[in-house]
Amino acid sequence: MKKVLVAMSGGVDSSVAACLLKEEAFDVIGATMRIWKEGEGDQNLYGCCGVADVEDARRVAQQLGIPFYVFNLEEEFEREVIQYFCEEYARGRTPNPCIVCNEKVKFGSLLRKARELGADYLSTGHYARIEFDETAKRYVLKKGMDRRKDQSYVLFSLSQEQLSHSLFPLGGYRKEEVRRMALQLGLRVHDKPESQEVCFIHDTSYHPFLQERLRGAIAPGPIIDRKGAVLGRHKGIPFYTIGQRRGLRLARGKPLYVIGIDREKNAVMVGEENEVYGETFFVESVNWISSERISSSIPAWVKIRYNHPGGEATLFPEAEGTVKAQFGSPHKAITPGQAAVFYDGEIVLGGGWIKEVVKNN
Amino acid sequence: MDRIYLDYNATTPLHPQVLESMLPYMQGIYGNPSSIHRFGQEAKRGIEEAREKAARLISASPQEIVFTGGGTEADNLAIKGVAYLNREKGRHIITSSIEHYAVLNTCQHLEKEGFRVTYVPVDHFGRVDPEEVKRAITKETILITIMHSNNEVGTIQPVEEIGEIARAFGILFHTDAVQSIGKVPVDVNALGVDLLSMSAHKIYGPKGVGALFIRKGVKVEPLAHGGHHEMNRRAGTENVSGIVGLGKAAEMALSSLHEKQAAVRSLRDYFWERIEEGIPYVHLNGHPVKRLPNTLHVSFEFVGGEPLLINLDLSGIAASGGSACTSGALEASHVLVAMGIPEPVGQGSIRFSLGRETTPEAIDRAVEVLTEAVNRLRSMSPLFADRKRGYNG
Repeated sequence: MKKVLVAMSGGVDSSVAACLLKEEAFDVIGATMRIWKEGEGDQNLYGCCGVADVEDARRVAQQLGIPFYVFNLEEEFEREVIQYFCEEYARGRTPNPCIVCNEKVKFGSLLRKARELGADYLSTGHYARIEFDETAKRYVLKKGMDRRKDQSYVLFSLSQEQLSHSLFPLGGYRKEEVRRMALQLGLRVHDKPESQEVCFIHDTSYHPFLQERLRGAIAPGPIIDRKGAVLGRHKGIPFYTIGQRRGLRLARGKPLYVIGIDREKNAVMVGEENEVYGETFFVESVNWISSERISSSIPAWVKIRYNHPGGEATLFPEAEGTVKAQFGSPHKAITPGQAAVFYDGEIVLGGGWIKEVVKNN
Repeated sequence: MDRIYLDYNATTPLHPQVLESMLPYMQGIYGNPSSIHRFGQEAKRGIEEAREKAARLISASPQEIVFTGGGTEADNLAIKGVAYLNREKGRHIITSSIEHYAVLNTCQHLEKEGFRVTYVPVDHFGRVDPEEVKRAITKETILITIMHSNNEVGTIQPVEEIGEIARAFGILFHTDAVQSIGKVPVDVNALGVDLLSMSAHKIYGPKGVGALFIRKGVKVEPLAHGGHHEMNRRAGTENVSGIVGLGKAAEMALSSLHEKQAAVRSLRDYFWERIEEGIPYVHLNGHPVKRLPNTLHVSFEFVGGEPLLINLDLSGIAASGGSACTSGALEASHVLVAMGIPEPVGQGSIRFSLGRETTPEAIDRAVEVLTEAVNRLRSMSPLFADRKRGYNG
């Protein structure tokens, strides 16, 4: 019997995932990652996908009749995710901690723990699918069947090795079906609210967290326009992201938006709405998950953040794992630090991290 | 899958005869022991018989036994009870660095309230040096509390010698004997203790009930106020069936303590021999001789304690990483740290504790599973690969 460790958050998705695997006659072990000191964040409702309520997860495991363990991954999470999160903001970039958590903690440390327990797989409640391509001899990552819930974006950085030991049982289901299954099973979490909040920040805003973490590294500076004219003062570049309009405190005739962050000058650059749009940008540390790396330009559907619908683009190979991406039309707020993920239909070709946007004037 | 329980220091199964003794008090005999009528008198009789049995187990007299809601409450009543009543005499308490959290955290709480606490160290075997206790005594010292045996590694403390010192200085002496009761003889007079904590569920009794021995003439400030129960020392209607169960368990522990413990000890030693001959890089923790006969605490180098425990559990073997109360914590056990065991070694430690149902076949099976699990984990450890290649840095 194949053995699988399910990362359970206490939420609907991972609970149903565990249940489906059990029905498929897997030998199922439940586990929750504890990323905070005991008692500090256990009751957090807002887990992105694998970090949430230990007691809810334990209760679900009891209901399913599977063994359940809590793994303390506090150190790994701090080192791999929180430090990255803070450093990116300090550099004037906008991070995506979920992707890094998946790559380094969930499908890193937790998968290693699963292997230590003799498990063949780690499973999560992500809406995505993995298939093995016999001709290419590769694991292929695909979008979840429920396109509105698809989470393949946050999994683009997984390796072939990681994919070969991963199972996403919800990939073929719609969210409503999953909720209905949870209800039928009598899981008490069936109507638990969902959230895309950053799981380790309990405030509604991430500003106090960064303020606390980055202390000395945050300095107020000038807000400038494209020509360099100073229009006002900002509170520190970590508090601004591309496309942001609120909180600039600029009295101007037209609404102004953040269009760039200059870390060297500690400046936030603003412009009018049309200047928030861009077409061409560089993507670094590209992981070609389902295909070979490209040697000539290819067309692809590209998503530049989790909730971005995506757009048609052309990808050009550049040196050392970098790709130049060019949208067919302008897209709003292409943001350094966010991931750009490349699709061919439902297949994730790969993705990488947005490095810089090419200004078109 | 047959499951094998090797965690008797965490808790024990209820003995069938204990259960039988309790049942009447959960059914027909439901009176309130404080009531005047015969319903109450029947219940009261159960409690008083239990008090006699509990007293007999530790050579105390029945009036010296106060029933509590468990070992932790007994520790709290002893330590806070003495501290609060004597705070005008002095505010210094002496304890050890390897106490159970029921004692350690109670002392830390008292520190916040203005008491001063000295935590005496232990040697490599986890044993307190009575001389250290003596040196720590000041004019302000009002209480010495040192456990009878350590719950993690099983080392038995020189309680008698510390008792003599306490007596010579006229200082009250409490011992947490929760882990020793039923495993080794405990005699409050031989030990020279003024207060002693015990718990029912470690001796095949029910959970949620314990007792504190308070020597005649020793006073404690009660923690719970209410009716005149337990001679004004612990208010609240008694947990009658639980107390009856404690009494029965105490009686049974006394009747066959020696023969049972000899059998458990030889099984425990056989277990260690098999581990030592079958698995390299292992260390036995705790005192080689002065140790609870059922406790086997082993460090496995190049292995994490947590994955090892879970591997064992998935194969049906129940053991513990240390104290059951600290599972889930990432920090090294405070007991192993106090014993000076290096962290990389200490973090791969498992406590096996045997009991009356443990069989030689169970030990053989445990050795088999353990060997397989340790080998699996070591095969994934880069440090172990280095060691095998002969690197040592």
